[in-house]
Amino acid sequence: MSLSIGVPREVFPGEKRVATVPDVVEKLIKLGFKVSIESGAGERANFNDDAYRAAGAEIAADAAALWASSDIVLKVRGPSTEEVGLLREGGTLISFIWPAQNPELMQQMAARKATVLAIDSLPRQLSRAQKMDALTSTAGISGYRAVIEAANAFGRFFNGQMTAAGKVPPAKVFIAGAGVAGLAAIGTAANLGAIVRANDTRAEVADQVKSLGGEFVKVDYEEEGSGGGGYAKVMSEGFQQAQREMYAKQAREADIIITTALIPGKPAPKLITAEMVKSMKAGSVIVDMAGEQGGNCELTEPGKAVVKHGVTIIGYTDLPSRLARQASMLYANNLLRLTEELCKTKDGVINVNMEDDAIRGLTVIKDGEITWPPPPLKLAAPPAARPVAAPTPAAKKASGHGKKGEPMSPKAMSIVFAAGALLFWLIGAYAPGAFLGHLTVFVLACFVGYMVVWNVTPSLHTPLMSVTNAVSSIIAIGALVQIAPPLAEGVSRPGEIIRWLAVVSLALATINMFGGFAVTRRMLEMFRK
Amino acid sequence: MSTGLSTVSYLGATILFILCLGGLSNQETSRRGNIYGIIGMVIAVLATVFGPHVVSSVGLPWIIGAMVVGGAIGLYAARVVQMTQMPELVALMHSLVGLAACLVGYTSYIDTSIALGGAEKTIHEVEIYVGILIGAVTFSGSVIAFGKLSGKIGGKPVLLPGRHLMNLAGLLIVIYFGHGFLNAETVSQGMAPLVVMTVVSLAFGVHMVMAIGGADMPVVVSMLNSYSGWAAAATGFMLGNDLLIVTGALVGSSGAILSYIMCSAMNRNFISVIAGGFGSDGGAPKKAAASGGGEPAGEVTPISVTETAELLREAKNVIIVPGYGMAVAQAQHAVYQITSLLREKGVNVRFGIHPVAGRMPGHMNVLLAEAKVPYDIVFEMDELNEDFPATDVSIVIGANDIVNPAAQEDPGSPIAGMPVLEVWKAKTSIVMKRSMASGYAGVDNPLFYKENNRMLFGDAKKTLEEVYAALE
Repeated sequence: MSLSIGVPREVFPGEKRVATVPDVVEKLIKLGFKVSIESGAGERANFNDDAYRAAGAEIAADAAALWASSDIVLKVRGPSTEEVGLLREGGTLISFIWPAQNPELMQQMAARKATVLAIDSLPRQLSRAQKMDALTSTAGISGYRAVIEAANAFGRFFNGQMTAAGKVPPAKVFIAGAGVAGLAAIGTAANLGAIVRANDTRAEVADQVKSLGGEFVKVDYEEEGSGGGGYAKVMSEGFQQAQREMYAKQAREADIIITTALIPGKPAPKLITAEMVKSMKAGSVIVDMAGEQGGNCELTEPGKAVVKHGVTIIGYTDLPSRLARQASMLYANNLLRLTEELCKTKDGVINVNMEDDAIRGLTVIKDGEITWPPPPLKLAAPPAARPVAAPTPAAKKASGHGKKGEPMSPKAMSIVFAAGALLFWLIGAYAPGAFLGHLTVFVLACFVGYMVVWNVTPSLHTPLMSVTNAVSSIIAIGALVQIAPPLAEGVSRPGEIIRWLAVVSLALATINMFGGFAVTRRMLEMFRK
Repeated sequence: MSTGLSTVSYLGATILFILCLGGLSNQETSRRGNIYGIIGMVIAVLATVFGPHVVSSVGLPWIIGAMVVGGAIGLYAARVVQMTQMPELVALMHSLVGLAACLVGYTSYIDTSIALGGAEKTIHEVEIYVGILIGAVTFSGSVIAFGKLSGKIGGKPVLLPGRHLMNLAGLLIVIYFGHGFLNAETVSQGMAPLVVMTVVSLAFGVHMVMAIGGADMPVVVSMLNSYSGWAAAATGFMLGNDLLIVTGALVGSSGAILSYIMCSAMNRNFISVIAGGFGSDGGAPKKAAASGGGEPAGEVTPISVTETAELLREAKNVIIVPGYGMAVAQAQHAVYQITSLLREKGVNVRFGIHPVAGRMPGHMNVLLAEAKVPYDIVFEMDELNEDFPATDVSIVIGANDIVNPAAQEDPGSPIAGMPVLEVWKAKTSIVMKRSMASGYAGVDNPLFYKENNRMLFGDAKKTLEEVYAALE
């Protein structure tokens, strides 16, 4: 028996997103589910009913019919009180819930004996969970949109230009908080050509900021701000003081400030004071992405764009919804991945496996029983500890020749030199002169070889080996001088044997000589740009 | 030719050899380097033949005969060898140098016309003894390496019980007979210890290379390269010939450097490679399993040829990481076809080469060059390892250990600390493999179970040709 998935139209005012898109509908049907969509559900995200129908979905005339016929309901925003009333007894709901902020909603849903999976409660530190992480995909969209909103309200170019009419300096953008949204904003603003600076209490994100073309601004105070689970924590008073000074400085310099600072379960930190807003240049823009949690700026009015002290302060809380089509596509994919996890058998039946860490974390109500908050993850190490555990520095040190680790300690050095001196003294004292001459040549040649070969390109290692191999056939000289040297009077030697041995070794060495050079030549011919 | 002229010729040859090795250090100058080497060799041979030490009337026909035969064989071999067989050819050639060094050593010993006394005689005899020893080890070691590389002998390390003791015993025998050899009054008396020593050295060479696993072959090949140089240098001491000494030392040190580079590329020290293959510590892999929190579990995600083509078509940055599997499947031409097609479409395709990919240093570069892949898109590990996060698709063709994330993530892994290509940091990585077997190191590869990894099973050449067809 296959279950049916229903996707209603979002009822939250201004919400344009939809929980699934036609492409995903096809894949859900392949997993064995029946899919029905409320008429007009995708209208505001530019997906019309016909597109869903073409993908194989049924279109339900109204919300009541849809909720009644669906075993599993996919939504974007958490259900309204009316919607909870429509939810089938024992049905399953997957959407954003924010259980900590909505205890009443949780109670209502539990009363319906429902099973509820809150996509926002996903244990994000599981790498397996990333494909289902709707918070990340949503935050990325918000970050992008925040820059677009800022550009819209900002009266100048983002990129610097040199025009016939004069020089245009690039816009300076400061981004507070380099989480997913912040990083997306950094990348977008940098791509538009602005000078981007960013700050985050977690020092480890500095590299990510730089990789996207931003500059990381440090707070001049030592404290680590990673609070586990990829979020920041509340910082000490001393740190906050230093941070305020830094923000005040950035506010004076920046044309655009985008704030994304959130601390889970707490009101958003007030980073930008009214003072700082006053100090900004006229025409500047602040986009406060934390509007829903009260805002990072003291003057933010959630959901609205206002102009105060000549500065446009944008506090929209529906940034993802303003990019409804894109947001719906990504969200639908996240839910598809989640559905795949729930339905590993691909037979259209879901199994809410509470042994699975990811599923356990997501499930906030199981058959009417509130299971939130989940127990802490067993094996997941906090991300802050990861750089310590990873032996990357060792790998770094070992990689790349040309540098020989660290120089020897003075003690080891002196022992080596002492041993060398002793050896040289012994040789000098006992060995005959001719041998010393050869030894000199030998030792010097070793050093020359070392110097010459050390810088060889690794791609030429094989030709180098074949050419040194050809060169080592110089041993032919040894055979040559043995074949028939001029003998002094009265000295005899077993000439016949010697000649044969020498001829054989000469032939062997010659194979090498010709073969080695020829094959090297053949190889080098192939190396072309 | 006077002694002075011949010495100057030797000096010229020496300089040319140094220029030759120096020229090989980059592609622009490499062809000229090879020509320097040839000229140097011609000068050296001519100066010797017409020098004061050779009676031309008697020796010349023999010399010409030997050189014509040897030269013909050498040129023929160079012409017919497949690029995938380069490691075998190089190993085989090392064995020839070793054998020649042995023969020259014996010849020098039975040559009674060299009359020396006192310390000079002792030194001469030590030189002969050492020269033959190195020559014999090079010879037998190279023959076994050839056998292993060409698949005539299994690639698995053969570990005899108490092999370190056996080697030690061999060394003691060599020293003991060396003593007897030096004290011998006549040539016939000295012959017995010399032969015993030669046999022991041959056995040592066989034993040493047999104990080394396939993945360590690059180290062995470059080490044998080094030995062939030392053998030539020892011969030079024996014959009092500076040209031999210099050239031998050049070759010897270059081989030694290559071995060092190979070892550091695997994060292993030279002694441990020589002392035995992977897993010789017995319990190491098991220990890894215990400390690493169990085997990397999970399921692999297979991908079809059409999906691969789809991914490649949409990618902007692609990095291809070839390994020994590409050589085995002879897939380099198929790789090139795909590369050129993608490059025409404006995709930035690059190759990432691990220093020990393949069975000899630089093996992959030669194969790619043979397939006409331009060398400026072929990069070393260090050059592009940081670019993987900005890469859309990384394709691993027949490589395993060199892309194993366990080397960085699992301190208990037998390959922990070995520098690896970080293919898993690309948005998607595709691993082409024949089956799910583990690599030479016998270590399971967590890469296969990564979220963003896809497995493309099948013969590399055939599959790549299908991908090419799908791309068109």
